[in-house]
Amino acid sequence: MTVFIIRRLMQSIAVMFVMSFLVFGGVNLVGDPTEIFLNDEATEEERQQTIRAMGLDKPWYIQYGKFIGNAVQGDLGKSFVYSEPALGIITERMPATFELALAALVLAVVFGIPLGVFAGLKPESGISKAVMAGSILGFSLPTFWVGLMFIMVFAVMLGWLPSTGRGETASLFGIEVSFLTFDGLTHLFLPALNLALFKISLVIRLARAGTREVVHQDYIKFARAKGLTTRRVIFVHLMKNIMIPVVTVLGLEFGGLIAFSVVTETVFAWPGMGKLIIDSIQTLDRPVIVAYLMIIVVVFVVINLIVDVLYSILDPRVRLQDVKA
Amino acid sequence: MSEAIDSTAEAPGTAANVGVETPFRRFVSDFFDSKVASAAAVVLGGIVFIAVFAPWISPQNPYDLAQVSILDSKLVPGAKSMEGWTFWLGTDGAGRDLLSAMFYGLRISLGVGVMSGIVAMCIGAAIGLAAAYFGGRVDTLIMRIVDIQLSFPAILVALILLALLGKGVDKIIVALIIVQWAYYARTVRGSALVERNKEYIEAATCLALGHNRIVFRHMLPNCLPPLIVVGTIQTAHAISLEATLSFLGVGLPISEPSLGLLIANGFDYMLSGKYWISFFPGVALLITIVSINLVGDQLRDVLNPRLQR
Amino acid sequence: MSADDTQPTLVVEDLQTHFFTKAGIARAVDGVSFTVGRGEVMGLVGESGSGKSVTGFSLIDLVDPPGEIVGGRILFQGEDLVTASEERMQQLRGNRIAMIFQDPMMTLNPVLRIDTQMIETIHAHDPKVPKEEARRRSRDALGQVGIPSPDERLRAYPHQFSGGMRQRVAIAIALLNKPDLIIADEPTTALDVTIQGQILFEAQKLCRETGTALIWITHDLAVVAGLADTISVMYGGRIVEQGAIDDVLDHPVHPYTRGLLGSVPGHNTRGQRLYQIPGMAPSLLSLPQGCAFKARCPDADAACEARPEIDEPVAGRRVRCFHPHLEAAQ
Repeated sequence: MTVFIIRRLMQSIAVMFVMSFLVFGGVNLVGDPTEIFLNDEATEEERQQTIRAMGLDKPWYIQYGKFIGNAVQGDLGKSFVYSEPALGIITERMPATFELALAALVLAVVFGIPLGVFAGLKPESGISKAVMAGSILGFSLPTFWVGLMFIMVFAVMLGWLPSTGRGETASLFGIEVSFLTFDGLTHLFLPALNLALFKISLVIRLARAGTREVVHQDYIKFARAKGLTTRRVIFVHLMKNIMIPVVTVLGLEFGGLIAFSVVTETVFAWPGMGKLIIDSIQTLDRPVIVAYLMIIVVVFVVINLIVDVLYSILDPRVRLQDVKA
Repeated sequence: MSEAIDSTAEAPGTAANVGVETPFRRFVSDFFDSKVASAAAVVLGGIVFIAVFAPWISPQNPYDLAQVSILDSKLVPGAKSMEGWTFWLGTDGAGRDLLSAMFYGLRISLGVGVMSGIVAMCIGAAIGLAAAYFGGRVDTLIMRIVDIQLSFPAILVALILLALLGKGVDKIIVALIIVQWAYYARTVRGSALVERNKEYIEAATCLALGHNRIVFRHMLPNCLPPLIVVGTIQTAHAISLEATLSFLGVGLPISEPSLGLLIANGFDYMLSGKYWISFFPGVALLITIVSINLVGDQLRDVLNPRLQR
Repeated sequence: MSADDTQPTLVVEDLQTHFFTKAGIARAVDGVSFTVGRGEVMGLVGESGSGKSVTGFSLIDLVDPPGEIVGGRILFQGEDLVTASEERMQQLRGNRIAMIFQDPMMTLNPVLRIDTQMIETIHAHDPKVPKEEARRRSRDALGQVGIPSPDERLRAYPHQFSGGMRQRVAIAIALLNKPDLIIADEPTTALDVTIQGQILFEAQKLCRETGTALIWITHDLAVVAGLADTISVMYGGRIVEQGAIDDVLDHPVHPYTRGLLGSVPGHNTRGQRLYQIPGMAPSLLSLPQGCAFKARCPDADAACEARPEIDEPVAGRRVRCFHPHLEAAQ
């Protein structure tokens, strides 16, 4: 097991290096590198000064080394717009995005799995057909448009829920979170639901497909032949088998949730990383863009690693393979 | 299990199915078995028609400034214009007929989505075939790249690319192609690998048929079914992605307004209750994507050998 | 819960199980009747598609839709199972009636440990058994089927076992609650011959010792010959011949049984062409009118257009045929 983890860690670090190289290459080879760290109004002299100061006249591998060296120390440049370290700006907003993504994940599991398993067990029932039709709608609907409609209906027309922003937050271990205050919850609900819609549909389809495949397996029939109650057959024998693909996909999709929060945060003006990156692209605040990319790469690699480990814990066939080897 | 209800065996002497039942015919009849998918296919046909013939069937060319009057702006659906004809779906902030704007928007959204999809399919399929055919290190290398790209969500890849490339129709299409090729490559490689290990490929290799011939005439036809399925669904994703990017302001420029941009334009008016400016383009987008997905779903069920009776 | 010794464990009367598919109705079990007494082993023999597995599943109501039992009675120790509620069936399954499946690779749930899968069988029928005792009983059952180091094996997962071992585990599970009837659906088909021999031997021993009735479903006559007391031969969803094992195998009466025995390699002399019953087994969806075997039968004639009923020409021997070779029977 530890061998497995170490191996994956090494792979992850390798991927991070490759990605950092790509980001570095992209930023420096596409477009004028001085632009990234200078304002457009800089004079020629300032430009030359910056070039020397940043070591841009040195060969690329020295530049790359410097880039990595700085990065590891947490220095990814200063934002043009905010005049503060780019990394700091991003980490400030991370909790908001993570909270949104987690809330969406929870919604996806709570709604998706029961509906999907039900649809898989009774595919002919009216409810199942409605659920499946709903799921097609769920992942066809463009998220941003649904968000608009949510605001339209629930905030403007009905006035039940607030339309934008994060509302009050409470402090949990020094991090600001929304779900601990009622006001925060009302602000969290719509964006989380909006973000989750796509994932709920995905989970429903996964759970249904998994259920349909597992339910015909011999071991399910054998479990029934042993006289086990239907409840035990479903909740123990069936569930444990479909959890494996569901958990894996959900884990990987969590990264997708963080990425897609870009849209939801824009629509609902939720102050997270996503809104920041869109604004930065619009204002060409390149240090922030670079910093965001690097952080996202790290987040993704970590998520992939966790999912791999989780998968091997859940599926004994994988786990014990390693031990034998 | 030991009991196979043999529904395909026929006792000797029973009449076989008369008439030419080619695989294509059977595919078509299987496809139209589902009423939902048939309806979706018809709707999709209608949408494609609108997209292609938009300039001729729109009541107004919304981008011809001579035809648009600011006095007509923000009218509710059903209102009459200064000249006396009806704005069926209302007008937007600049006085453009929303219905016409939607037709043109469909044209652009569909055009960009389909074009990028086709190019991505060709590139991805070629790479996937190459990976499967040559195997070994080539395969590993290509699949590593595919895996890494696919582990990042499409929207992120698109954002990064657009941040680097800048604005413009061509840049969007390039970004969409780069986002999509990996899916195609992986799908094609998967089915090509299955084919490759079958004996007829070994036989063809023994006959010393050239690489090209083996790949294109033998392996490719068998990879087509999953490719078609992935193609439809990916196209739906591409259209949705482009709309999202345009909405966010990093997609198509204002000179080529896709449905996403129309929706974005309507965002500001929503809080004052003028919902139709965002609503109708969204519905058009929705209908397009849903019909493509329904058709794709049915295609998958029909082409999947495992689900065959 | 034991009935008096004279009552047969299982009496099946005119069982019918049909599958209602889009392509038509498949009459997988079309009027099957047999009796199995205490401690008796019955071989249910037939080729693929004869309806024998479906018969087995029908006995404990595990036929999947679109199949359902449409008629007949299944009297288990006097109680009719066809009319029993699902709850009652759950009480009986794995407890008084156990089943062993054909493919050991997929019978056990791959993500649950062996002890979990065994202990849950005990607890399903007697929740009050303390965990430790359930464990002990499981361990003993594993030992009984010849699995070495049962303590370690209990904590293992199915994929760590070979096919033969997994089947033994399945048998152990079947034995856990000391059932009165075991239905074994081709349990040794997927295993190699030496394992098969061992399992057969142990099965026989078990029935003699505990009085458990056993229905052994198979297509392999050789297996049945050494093991069973009585044999029922199935064709096209119906039983075509029934009787004591030696009687039927030495003196077959139905043309199909004769054909089957004739095609066993041992019966032929060297150099002679192997006998083969001509034609193919009919699809259960399109069974011919009248006798199901008539298309392949050397003795068929106009009379066979009508459906033959079961006759009992000699006590204990039954046959469904218009032209049985009665001179062969005693």
